[in-house]
Amino acid sequence: MADNSLSAPAPKLSPGLRASLPVLVLLVAGFLAPLVTVAAYAFATPKSFDVFRSFTLQNFAAIFDTNNTVWTSFVWALALAFACVAILLVVCYPIAFGLNKVFGKWSGLVSVLFVFPLFVSENVRLYGWVLFFIKNGVLDGALKWLGFPGGPDLLYTPGITLFGMVYVYLPFMLFPMTLGIAMIPRDLVDAASDLGAGRFMIWREVELPLAMPGILIGALLTFVLAAGAVAEAKILGGQSVITITQDIEVAFTYAQNWPMGSALALILVLIVSGLALSAMARLDLDKILGKR
Amino acid sequence: MQTVGRTRTHFLIRAWTTFVVLAIYLPIACGALAGLSKGRYFAFPIRIFSTEWWGKTWDSFEIHVLVQNSVLIALIVTVLSVLFAFFGALAFARYPWKGRRAFQRLLLLPIFFPQPVLGLALLLWFNALGISPTWKTAVVAHLVWIVPVVTLVIAIQVFSFDPVLEEAASDLGASRLFTLRTVTLPILWPGIWSGALFAFLLSWGNFPLSLYTAGADSTIPKWLYSKMVAGYTPMVPALGTMSTLTAAALLLGGGLVRFLLRRRAELRARER
Repeated sequence: MADNSLSAPAPKLSPGLRASLPVLVLLVAGFLAPLVTVAAYAFATPKSFDVFRSFTLQNFAAIFDTNNTVWTSFVWALALAFACVAILLVVCYPIAFGLNKVFGKWSGLVSVLFVFPLFVSENVRLYGWVLFFIKNGVLDGALKWLGFPGGPDLLYTPGITLFGMVYVYLPFMLFPMTLGIAMIPRDLVDAASDLGAGRFMIWREVELPLAMPGILIGALLTFVLAAGAVAEAKILGGQSVITITQDIEVAFTYAQNWPMGSALALILVLIVSGLALSAMARLDLDKILGKR
Repeated sequence: MQTVGRTRTHFLIRAWTTFVVLAIYLPIACGALAGLSKGRYFAFPIRIFSTEWWGKTWDSFEIHVLVQNSVLIALIVTVLSVLFAFFGALAFARYPWKGRRAFQRLLLLPIFFPQPVLGLALLLWFNALGISPTWKTAVVAHLVWIVPVVTLVIAIQVFSFDPVLEEAASDLGASRLFTLRTVTLPILWPGIWSGALFAFLLSWGNFPLSLYTAGADSTIPKWLYSKMVAGYTPMVPALGTMSTLTAAALLLGGGLVRFLLRRRAELRARER
């Protein structure tokens, strides 16, 4: 069965390729083709819909023009994404460790508690935080009720935008990380400990390198998603920060400048997919997912 | 010394995890409170509780349409994505074939992609094809993102599946279809079921893709967003809470079915 694909010179497709066909067709028609369209629009005449009929670099020239401040949106998006990843690494590591080594039979339930928010749309959850932080909201009201002068003014700041991103993307860091830590064989840690290694040394020399593929996937996934985030800055941040996705959205909707939006999107996609592909090339997915 | 240190570390890990879980559910609880308070504007502590806004939400015709759209999209997405992902997972994890590693990476790309940008790119593509966006295009958009996720979920089950079982069945003279029905599917059922549950729930709660690709049709998350931006009414938290509770009920029910499926599989394995 396994060597079918090698021995048969017949024009018949291998079973793997045949099984992959429906998904391949979907991804080509629903993922690659839209990206090609975006790329084509990026080179179309500004403020026109002349896709595939005109070729110009004007959109990119406008973006890289020194008078254009759109680069601040890029900087904000990437800086927030970077900070979000750094915070989530620290927040999630103890939990991922706990899911593997501490919670025992409870870890199934704890995982479900962390998965469930993924099924509640992010705007609902973010709006819950607005109700928490707003004037006369839960925090402010509770503090006043207790006799304090009232809650701090946190809403509609860049800080709260970052907080919202950390909140929304937590599961995307936690689960790859948990899979990564699950790849650490127990006996290896025991062996290091028997040989006299201290706990920090075991963590640095044994656990961390072995868990790295999972941690890397988690960091990459959160970075990519956070770099394209928009709801957090709009709902919690009150547009105190304009992220690049919001600029793209504005170009596509109010400004009706699809070529400009496409050019911005193309740059973002290049950054994001460059990162994703270069990191993915080093990972063995069979090992990460198949290890059970 | 080591054990004392370990106990303390474990205590800290438990405490931290509890704190983070509570923080995760805090805004959901805030929404539930806001939906249950009387009066047009939210103020805490709540003076008078009432189910007025739940009642209004429940009776609203506009919201019935939203729920219908959301359910319809989620159901179609579930059926289609399980079909796509079942074969996708076999290609991902079961068969050794030449393009497998490339296929695995391609499959991950839509997951490693900001959803709002994907939604806008699809909008452009539909426009270039001359298709005006409706709930049907939203189904396609959901599929592009959800099929890869479901494929991964099923693939995890496929990895734990021993291909020797299929070969044994075919050596004993079983046809492909018979093998699929009596060997492959029963073993993969728990994974398929989880995949279906994921598909429905992810579609049900999806906001960024629906926002750009559903055109004039609205779904629950899309409507909630439009009201959050302009024209807050307590129906927003009320409907949000209803939607969350629906998802929770589905997850619980689905988890129960999965538990039963697994137990049945175990009993069968023991009989053999």
